[in-house]
Amino acid sequence: MATAVTAPRVLENAWVRFAARRLGRLVVSVWVVITAAFLMIHLVPGDPVRAVLGPTATAEVVAAKRAALGLDDPMWSQYLHYLQGVLTGDFGTGLASSLPVSQVISQRLPTTAMLAVLAFLVAVAIAIPVGVFMGVLTRGGRARRAELSFTATSVVLAAVPEFLLAVGLVYVFGVSLGWLPVAGRSGASSYVLPVLALAIGPAAVLSRIVRVQLQSVLQADYVRTARAKRLRAVTVYLKHALPNTLTATLTLGGLLLSVLVAGTVLVENVFAWPGLGTTMISSILARDYPVVQAIVLVYGVGVLLVNLAVDIALALLDPRSTIRES
Amino acid sequence: MLRFDQVTIRYGSRIAVDNVSLTVPDGEIVGLVGESGSGKSTLARAGVGLVAPTSGQVLLGDRPVGLRSPVQLVFQDPYSALDPRMTIGQSIAEPMPRASRADRRAEVSRLLELVDLDPSRAMQYPAQLSGGQRQRVALARALAGQPEVIIADEITSALDVSVQGTVLNLIRDLQAQLGLSMLFISHNLAVVRYVATQVAVMHHGRIVEHGPAPEVLGNPQHDYTRELLASLTT
Amino acid sequence: MSRWRSVLRTPVGACAALLLVGVLALAVLAPILWSAQADRVDTDAIRQGMSAEHWAGTDDLGRDLFFRVLVATRLSVELALLATLIAVVVGLTLGALPALVGSRLGRYVVAFVNITVAFPGLLLALFLAVIFGVGARGAVLAIGLAGAPAFARLTQTLVAGVIERDYVAAARAAGIGRFRVLLRHVLPNIAEPLIVNATISAGGALLAFAGLSFLGLGVQAPQYDWGRLLGDGLAGIYVTPAAALAPGIAVVIAGLAFNLFGEALAKAVGLTTPLGRALPRLPRRTDSSAPSDAVLEVRELTVTLPSGARAVRGVSLQIAPGEAVGVVGESGSGKSLTALAIAQLVEEPLQVRAERLHFQGADLQAQAHRKLLGTSLAMVFQDPMTAFNPTQRIASQLAEGAREHGGLSRQAARARVIDRLRAVRIHDPERRARQYPHEFSGGMRQRAMIGMGLMGTPALIIADEPTTALDVTVQQQILQLLAEIRAADHVALLLISHDVTVVSAVCDRVLVMYAGRVVEDLPAAELARGARHPYTRALVAAVPTMESDRQLPLTVIPGRMPDPDDVSAGCSFAPRCALADAHCAAEQPELIASADGRRIACWHPAPASLALQES
Repeated sequence: MATAVTAPRVLENAWVRFAARRLGRLVVSVWVVITAAFLMIHLVPGDPVRAVLGPTATAEVVAAKRAALGLDDPMWSQYLHYLQGVLTGDFGTGLASSLPVSQVISQRLPTTAMLAVLAFLVAVAIAIPVGVFMGVLTRGGRARRAELSFTATSVVLAAVPEFLLAVGLVYVFGVSLGWLPVAGRSGASSYVLPVLALAIGPAAVLSRIVRVQLQSVLQADYVRTARAKRLRAVTVYLKHALPNTLTATLTLGGLLLSVLVAGTVLVENVFAWPGLGTTMISSILARDYPVVQAIVLVYGVGVLLVNLAVDIALALLDPRSTIRES
Repeated sequence: MLRFDQVTIRYGSRIAVDNVSLTVPDGEIVGLVGESGSGKSTLARAGVGLVAPTSGQVLLGDRPVGLRSPVQLVFQDPYSALDPRMTIGQSIAEPMPRASRADRRAEVSRLLELVDLDPSRAMQYPAQLSGGQRQRVALARALAGQPEVIIADEITSALDVSVQGTVLNLIRDLQAQLGLSMLFISHNLAVVRYVATQVAVMHHGRIVEHGPAPEVLGNPQHDYTRELLASLTT
Repeated sequence: MSRWRSVLRTPVGACAALLLVGVLALAVLAPILWSAQADRVDTDAIRQGMSAEHWAGTDDLGRDLFFRVLVATRLSVELALLATLIAVVVGLTLGALPALVGSRLGRYVVAFVNITVAFPGLLLALFLAVIFGVGARGAVLAIGLAGAPAFARLTQTLVAGVIERDYVAAARAAGIGRFRVLLRHVLPNIAEPLIVNATISAGGALLAFAGLSFLGLGVQAPQYDWGRLLGDGLAGIYVTPAAALAPGIAVVIAGLAFNLFGEALAKAVGLTTPLGRALPRLPRRTDSSAPSDAVLEVRELTVTLPSGARAVRGVSLQIAPGEAVGVVGESGSGKSLTALAIAQLVEEPLQVRAERLHFQGADLQAQAHRKLLGTSLAMVFQDPMTAFNPTQRIASQLAEGAREHGGLSRQAARARVIDRLRAVRIHDPERRARQYPHEFSGGMRQRAMIGMGLMGTPALIIADEPTTALDVTVQQQILQLLAEIRAADHVALLLISHDVTVVSAVCDRVLVMYAGRVVEDLPAAELARGARHPYTRALVAAVPTMESDRQLPLTVIPGRMPDPDDVSAGCSFAPRCALADAHCAAEQPELIASADGRRIACWHPAPASLALQES
């Protein structure tokens, strides 16, 4: 087999090729996102300037604003201008407020990012131990009752969308028990409910994936090989089953992370969280398109970066994934 | 007569088939031996037009082979060879030329009998058949297309030994009865020897030796053929 | 179709179906029955909490929220189904397109789907909602199109899976066009998962719609759906929590109805595999008579399947030090299970029992004997591609057993690994040890697997089809290697194979298994011409060799081996045996040893003399 003979060179090349391919894909995807954001303002029905200034504004005011935004220039010139702006961090100024959009973003992005990162950590911290525990407990069709109740619970939790979970949490912990603040961002305790609302759904899905993957890994030939070496059961689970479970989980669960990023939009609106999500919705309703455009761009690129991180983690965990790509 | 004329097939930078010329004469079974990755399955797919040669050509008579040429392919895996949603009869009838419903049904029965299966099985689904029976249905389906040549790609290697014999016997019977022309591909020399009149040996995409079966197997010229033969007689 | 109906027979499926029918019925009936109550403005009862009169309280205009939630079912479900329809139609088209159009255009479609599917549906829906404008129509289009990429990806994957199948290639080779192939062969074979996913995504669309309406981007007043009611109610959650909770609960119930029904469908049509049922633990019957000097001694070994059927039915065998014993049989004969059971590698839900299972004098059923098995029993498995852990280097996989059982230091274990890799003739072992399994060829992996067994000082190597996955020339080298190891260290071998030629070339003695039992035990040299059991003789004759007479048809064995679930009372081979009579069908022949050490289980064995004459 040729792959075996030239293995070391193939491996080096595979890493280079993997990096090149992945980078190429990222660049193309980012370009698609920027272009989509640019096109958005041209695809909205009617005149966006008229929409935001309202029917009472005079035609001169509208025309002046259009000219100021460069909306009367030829399309390609607007596009180049926009590309240039994005690359230099200039997103223009908002229609409703006259603040630079980049200032709005830099204020709001950290609070949203904090929320997403915390929620992700909580989801993983719940899902992996629970999934592994259930996987070991129910292997080979053991503990049927536990399996059934676990599946039922996780199906229900996964089916409830984050904003409803948020409303439920607000009702129970905010209104009924009065333990935790339900709106705004004020100290550590205000993080608890939004983070939980975001994390519970992904944790449920992820723990199911971990359990199923662990079960299939336990059936794998190499686990039998490990058992044939008469290693301790703990060694078999931790050293052989778990790493492969995690790569499989990451492959399937990677998308979940980006879903979590998007989920912040809804959850922020339930908790009146001063982040990108609330700003985005209020800007959509106020038809402040430059702001919407910029936030869409930030979310889009955020998702792409999360996907990139997942792929890199996979490549590090599983040496085959780089080969498989190329 | 099926003729591969200086056929080369590349996948990207990899050469799967390297300048192969091979002829399947009318009424003969040509055995093609080689290991996995030697390019024999790619050659088979090129033989029915599923893969286009990068250079060279595949000719049936004097015309290039296309998807509608009367060449049929029978595959290795009996579990993937038949559409699980179609009855045996429907599968066999699919490649038949246009005809009335009654004619087609009669033809399906005739073909099932030809491959030693009860015609009443036409109404059954593949799931109700064993591996060996499925391979015989696949052969019947190939015959339904009234092919001038059949290409059989490792058709017995997924079968248990007690079943393999029934398929090999069937191939020999069909050849004797119908004067079938066939390219019979296998990694097993003994199997090839049993059905083929000519043998070609494929290695790394090339035909390294080709000739009448007794000559190639009795007096091998190429080192690789000798190695193959030696591995049989431990 | 019966599989679809079987959904209703499971408790979860029946509940989900009931719930779904309820939701759909409400969607149709509620606006007809209760529109008047839902729209009645009552300025005397503004923003009331729950009461007997208003079960879920009232809104800003004093309208009854309970009835408003019921009536909102129609719009909520309608819009969700509409969005799902868009997602399915667009997704199916995009997903099937690459199979229809040429490879170049197809690649662009795939690339487009790949890029869009990387974004969460909610984000796409928000983006599209901006473009299509705020309102119900825009939201339907947004959610529908946002769901399309995921559906397209699913369709693509499923189509690709079916298109690889040989029956599609056969149809194409028969001159059937791409479009007909798609309609006749591909779509029917992927319909089930598509329907299941459409059901689940209808639930998703319902929830997404509630989300958009909740944000104020979906349904606009005076129309109302659950999301709208929820958004309106949230502001007053401290005063009248029911105003937010009632529509929330409605959304969850309806979403779950679609989701659970979809999952139940998936289970019913076999997209997920159910597990076997647990078995009551059987008492052990053991024989603890004095140990012999055999390396391995097995008496009356049985392996029971979850169904209660026995896949291995009372196998007894002994292996002397240095002896090579082969086990041949067709797939389903129980030969691999026998090997795994002996090695103590069979796990629940399968159960292993034996009257006696001694390895080097130690009773394997009494204690775990991890160290003994870890150092003295080597295993070689069939598929070297999957038998190594893909995420670990070869060296660490070889070393870990020795470090655990032999207490070797890291350096010592590493030196041993390199020494052992050299012993199994792997070139440049220092470099190879640092590599991952996927960098090895199949033959080298099998060598490394044998090297792994040699890390200790094995007294027995159990090799389960060690060469089946390898090419003939490589197969030869592996068998040669096994022979050398045996000769050098006086190691016994238990070789499991379906290949009569391999077994007779390598082994001293051969056991022939049929339907879970040993039917004959004979010297390997006798296999070709001296077998006495009709099955052994037929098995040998069915395999063409380089000496077979090409003029004669090959021997065939009519019929097929019985499954473990339907073995008969008599000899299991009787239905396929030319010599069988009534006695054979009624009573099972025991495996009886003769004076020369051979064993046979047959009422009509070929006489030894006749067997000799033929040779």
